[in-house]
Amino acid sequence: MAETIVLQVTRYRPEQEAEPTIQEYEVPFTDDWVLLDALNYVKDNIDGSLSFRWSCRMGICGSCGMMVNGEPKLTCAAFVSEYAPGPVRIEPLRYFPIIRDLTTDMTDFMEKLKSVKPWIIRQEEKPISEGEYLQSPEELDRYKQFSMCINCMLCYAACPVYGLDPTFTGPAVIALAQRYNLDSRDQGSRERLELLSDHEGIWGCTFVGECTKVCPKNVDPAGAIQQYKVTATTDWFKSFIMPRGVE
Amino acid sequence: MKGSPAYREFHPKWYRTRVSTYWWLSQWSYRKFMLRELSSVFVAYVIVITLMQAHALGQGRAEYAAFQELMTRPFVVLLNVVTFLFLLLHTITWFNLTPRAIVLRLGGRRVPDLFIIAPNYVAWLVISGVVAWFVLRG
Repeated sequence: MAETIVLQVTRYRPEQEAEPTIQEYEVPFTDDWVLLDALNYVKDNIDGSLSFRWSCRMGICGSCGMMVNGEPKLTCAAFVSEYAPGPVRIEPLRYFPIIRDLTTDMTDFMEKLKSVKPWIIRQEEKPISEGEYLQSPEELDRYKQFSMCINCMLCYAACPVYGLDPTFTGPAVIALAQRYNLDSRDQGSRERLELLSDHEGIWGCTFVGECTKVCPKNVDPAGAIQQYKVTATTDWFKSFIMPRGVE
Repeated sequence: MKGSPAYREFHPKWYRTRVSTYWWLSQWSYRKFMLRELSSVFVAYVIVITLMQAHALGQGRAEYAAFQELMTRPFVVLLNVVTFLFLLLHTITWFNLTPRAIVLRLGGRRVPDLFIIAPNYVAWLVISGVVAWFVLRG
């Protein structure tokens, strides 16, 4: 481990300080190290009091999202060598309240996620004896992209609309609602419509498009929102010309 | 999502960062977004100018000559050049974003982006051609 890099890490210890400060750590690294490895090196060898979330180390759990040099990144997928010679600025995810150091409060996201009912809703369940709900590869393909979301919230940290108006439902939640709306087994799109077509729902989005650019799973939340705008408009237009409905 | 966001309410120790008014200056993609949003002002300007032109035309020769004179003033020419550039930005950026909003499927597969974007440009060229023909036919 010949090479070293300086990490400029945000520290916030609410019992000691009123606002966040920056602490520098010089850490060694090899080519196969990601920033999460460097942070864990700090935690294990330099300063055990540094707090941050992580779990799987392989881009699945979505826990280790942080701002790296101002960009939302999964630190398990960002190689240290890409930031050499440094220094690298590591901050907690933007727009979320900071609990401690690099750990943010996710409550707002979790509440919003629950509110759009991201599960398959059936008006009437068919009896088990009739077997499973079948789905063709084409039907799967309609929503598969949106189902790849790992709830890492990088898209929220990239979304200035969410930063300026925290009541905005936000990219990942709308993409996940759309994931179920487009599922051939789901019958709950009406239940999601009212919330999603609200001003704080899809219409809050001004299509900055950064959510899609930072998504580590190529979910395209910006696309999901625009597609839902088209659906909501079409629905509104249909209800306008056919008020009694055509079920 | 009415009312205040669902953070655990007013936790006194949790630090909230205030978003700067100048957030959009921080990176190029945000600045490009702001330019795209600003281009709407120039679209509105073109509509106003077109209405003014139609109004002047209805008022008679003298009024229309005055309108034409107004259009030749250096400041207005400069403004119109800037407007043209913003209209190009507006049109091209929105045309290129159409496949994100419109998903067409043929035979179970998603129609490639190019086939969604191209008709916009074709329509733009045809309509521009028709307008140019009307203006330039003498």
